[in-house]
Amino acid sequence: MSDVAERVKKIVVEHLGVEEAKVTENASFIDDLGADSLDTVELVMAFEEEFGCEIPDDAAEKILTVKDAIDFIESHQS
Amino acid sequence: MFELTGRTALVTGASGGIGGAIARALHAQGATVALSGTRKEALEAMAAELGGERVHVVVANLSDPASVEQLAKDAEAALGSLDILVNNAGLTRDGLVLRMKDEDWQSVLDVNLTAAFRLCRAAVKGMMKRRFGRIVNITSIVGVTGNPGQVNYAASKAGMIGMSKSLAQEVASRGITVNCVAPGFITSAMTDALNDEQKARLLAGIPAGRMGDVREIAAAVTYLASDEAAYVTGQTLHVNGGMAMI
Repeated sequence: MSDVAERVKKIVVEHLGVEEAKVTENASFIDDLGADSLDTVELVMAFEEEFGCEIPDDAAEKILTVKDAIDFIESHQS
Repeated sequence: MFELTGRTALVTGASGGIGGAIARALHAQGATVALSGTRKEALEAMAAELGGERVHVVVANLSDPASVEQLAKDAEAALGSLDILVNNAGLTRDGLVLRMKDEDWQSVLDVNLTAAFRLCRAAVKGMMKRRFGRIVNITSIVGVTGNPGQVNYAASKAGMIGMSKSLAQEVASRGITVNCVAPGFITSAMTDALNDEQKARLLAGIPAGRMGDVREIAAAVTYLASDEAAYVTGQTLHVNGGMAMI
């Protein structure tokens, strides 16, 4: 597992208080991990902080699963 | 009770009568306060009066969107983090609707409502992270009852109440409360300009038989900013001597 994937999963586990085993790459924040819409906004804020990047609103709306987050961050890291 | 030591607060319109009283009250309870307004000298005089300790001055023109964004940044930089936001700044451009110009409508909405929205949006981010926040929006009795000659002002103040209720629902689970304080007639430069006959007519509609004091508004804000008010959100606290009972 890549470093980004590991850090993303760690944030999700901490933030949503879910078991690590449930945080698979295809897990949807809302449907599988019990997040509400505010949680997803907070997750994006947490990713921005952890990776020192900015995630614009239109991109943030498309980050629905753990994999979406990992892919966005990996493709936007310099 | 209502101890605010260690808390930080931004008060807009702090050079005015009500804003000044709010800033003094929060400061007296132990908060570190950022005073915002357009009149730098008046703000600095108040900062000096508060002893220069736990007080910052941040000048901003709320009718300018860039200045509002800058204010949010300046306040967070000066305070470290923002726990309490008091949107108090407001202006009036009264006139009967048939004579009201578009710019009179727009300038009142821009400062009273849009600037408050922008500051709420900026403040909520940090509050969500820290799982604590108090937003107190100063609305007005006329936002609920209406008032001839004030379609713009009343609309902006009613808008503030709706905004506060919606935001309160969005962030309640994160330890952030959003409430309004609605003053009735408060002794100020504005009411000092009324003649005796106008005053008598006004007082006839106030069961308490007097105008309110700015400190009575500040006390309501202090309560809503306190830890003790954690379970009060989305509410409008009317401080009006019984003039309207809602």
